[in-house]
Amino acid sequence: MSWVDKILPSGVRRSDPSEKRKSGGVVPEGLWKKCVKCEAVLYRPELEENQDVCPKCDHHMRIGARRRIALFLDEQGREEILSGIEPVDRLKFKDKKKYKDRLAAAQKSTGEKDALIAYKGTVKDVPVVTVAFEFNFHGGSMGSAVGEKFTQAANIALQERRPLVCFSASGGARMQEALISLMQMAKTSAVLERLKQNGVPYISVMTDPIYGGVSASLALLGDINVAEPGARAGFAGPNIIEQTIRQKLPPGFQRSEFLLEHGAIDMIVRRADMRDTLARVLGNLTFYQN
Amino acid sequence: MNPNYLDFEQPIAELEAKIEELQLVGNDNDINIGEEIAKLKDKSSKLTEKIFSSLRPWDVVKIARHPMRPYTLDYIRRIFTDFDELHGDRHFGDDSAIVGGIGKIDGKPVMVIGQEKGRGVTEKVKRNFGMPKPEGYRKALRLMEMAERFKLPIVTLIDTPGAYPGIDSEERGISEAIAQNLAVMSRLKTPIICIVIGEGSSGGALGIGVGDHIAMLQYSTYFVISPEGCANIIWKSTEFAPDAAEAMGLTSTVLEELGIVDATIPEPQGGAHRDIDASAERVKEHILKHLESLQALPEPELLDIRYQRLMSYGTV
Repeated sequence: MSWVDKILPSGVRRSDPSEKRKSGGVVPEGLWKKCVKCEAVLYRPELEENQDVCPKCDHHMRIGARRRIALFLDEQGREEILSGIEPVDRLKFKDKKKYKDRLAAAQKSTGEKDALIAYKGTVKDVPVVTVAFEFNFHGGSMGSAVGEKFTQAANIALQERRPLVCFSASGGARMQEALISLMQMAKTSAVLERLKQNGVPYISVMTDPIYGGVSASLALLGDINVAEPGARAGFAGPNIIEQTIRQKLPPGFQRSEFLLEHGAIDMIVRRADMRDTLARVLGNLTFYQN
Repeated sequence: MNPNYLDFEQPIAELEAKIEELQLVGNDNDINIGEEIAKLKDKSSKLTEKIFSSLRPWDVVKIARHPMRPYTLDYIRRIFTDFDELHGDRHFGDDSAIVGGIGKIDGKPVMVIGQEKGRGVTEKVKRNFGMPKPEGYRKALRLMEMAERFKLPIVTLIDTPGAYPGIDSEERGISEAIAQNLAVMSRLKTPIICIVIGEGSSGGALGIGVGDHIAMLQYSTYFVISPEGCANIIWKSTEFAPDAAEAMGLTSTVLEELGIVDATIPEPQGGAHRDIDASAERVKEHILKHLESLQALPEPELLDIRYQRLMSYGTV
């Protein structure tokens, strides 16, 4: 493959995406970014314009929590809420490193206090409370701070009767907070049940990837469950399943399309359609309440 | 090495073997060696007490998984009378990794639900080693909602290596099945008592573990990920499982301190499997005691306390 092919803008597909270069295809940070799926080298401003979806193969790349919120909420009148919640190391957990130090490192590298951010705002004028997981913070894992922020955000949604929208991306419960993390599953599920009993809509949007404790609690409890195309979601990770059953997993296993086929989600929504679709659905769900 | 004894129990096993030997000799001869046997028995008991007073978390993990440890059905048979097992989730099938039904405890009917690991190879395979699939959790949910309709209190016995990680489990929505149980159990209008009797592994345990009173048997464990799993992720090798067990705080002592577990039910000396009847009696007494106080609570108060407790997890 020549350098010309590599820098071709969108519209032209690479000849053979399976062709792997030994060099690992490292592209200098900056103007260019390589699609992890089709390996096309993409012009960054164009990619950003396309909401970080590969213009060639439609692969939905992972994006951070703040970018997610920025893409989803109306620009006017959105405000961050509950930004004061911080993680606590109740167990004084220590493995090769102290959990405290791991937290400090994650906070430094992401600029976030923990793996969830919360906003109040509107999506095409429909008022919502929105939370988004930051996967780069400890794999978006749910410990006490994430559980508490999610719960408080849900309570605000309940009090103000604003629909709750959650964009999840998480490896599961946070190991370093041990059983306190497990209990966050019970806590977030309980508050969501309150929303349900009170007719406040909850939309769960699953983005790549969602596993373990987050999957088996808040991510699958939506009135409407949505997933981005190609997102992987499941209870047990593919490696664990392969080790248990000693078989290769079928292609597409645990992807959004698999979830839709097996009835776990209501729809697959492309990132570009997220605002329109959710605003429409929420408008309809709350039509007779207003 | 005697397979009935765990590695750290081997000194006890040696003493017990000696006692057995002496007893045989005693049967053959007229010599009175009763005194000697009594001495050794006393020594064995003291040794057991000593070993069990300084168990490491990893030792407790092994006791909780002991092949002779009493399982859910062992307790059900000893604690409840008139037990009728109820089957099926009404959608897909019946999962024998979760046993559920109505039985009487001291004359009072309750809904009992628990994971069952199964004893013997055939039984273990049938019960999938106590690893429930979605239909297991959905059966549990169906029975719990029925209990609510008929005002039956619910008792759950937790003992699972985890929800089953397999293709069919994922296809039928294991995550959703567990999540749904967590949500509904938070508001069921009937008292719920949960007791970890063996291994409380992660979401698979919690899926029948939300309630008003959470107790653990002394040598049971409750964790978010198995020590082997944790070691594999952090240390990149399961060899570090004992270290992981230490760090994770998976015993009732730590979990009581954290306020996640309300009470520890003491086990007979050497663990529940050394005296299953006595162990069942203690579990029964514990259930009865708390059943009474929970049933005395007005319903709104019961639900409010349960909900506030869930909300308190992990708050500073």
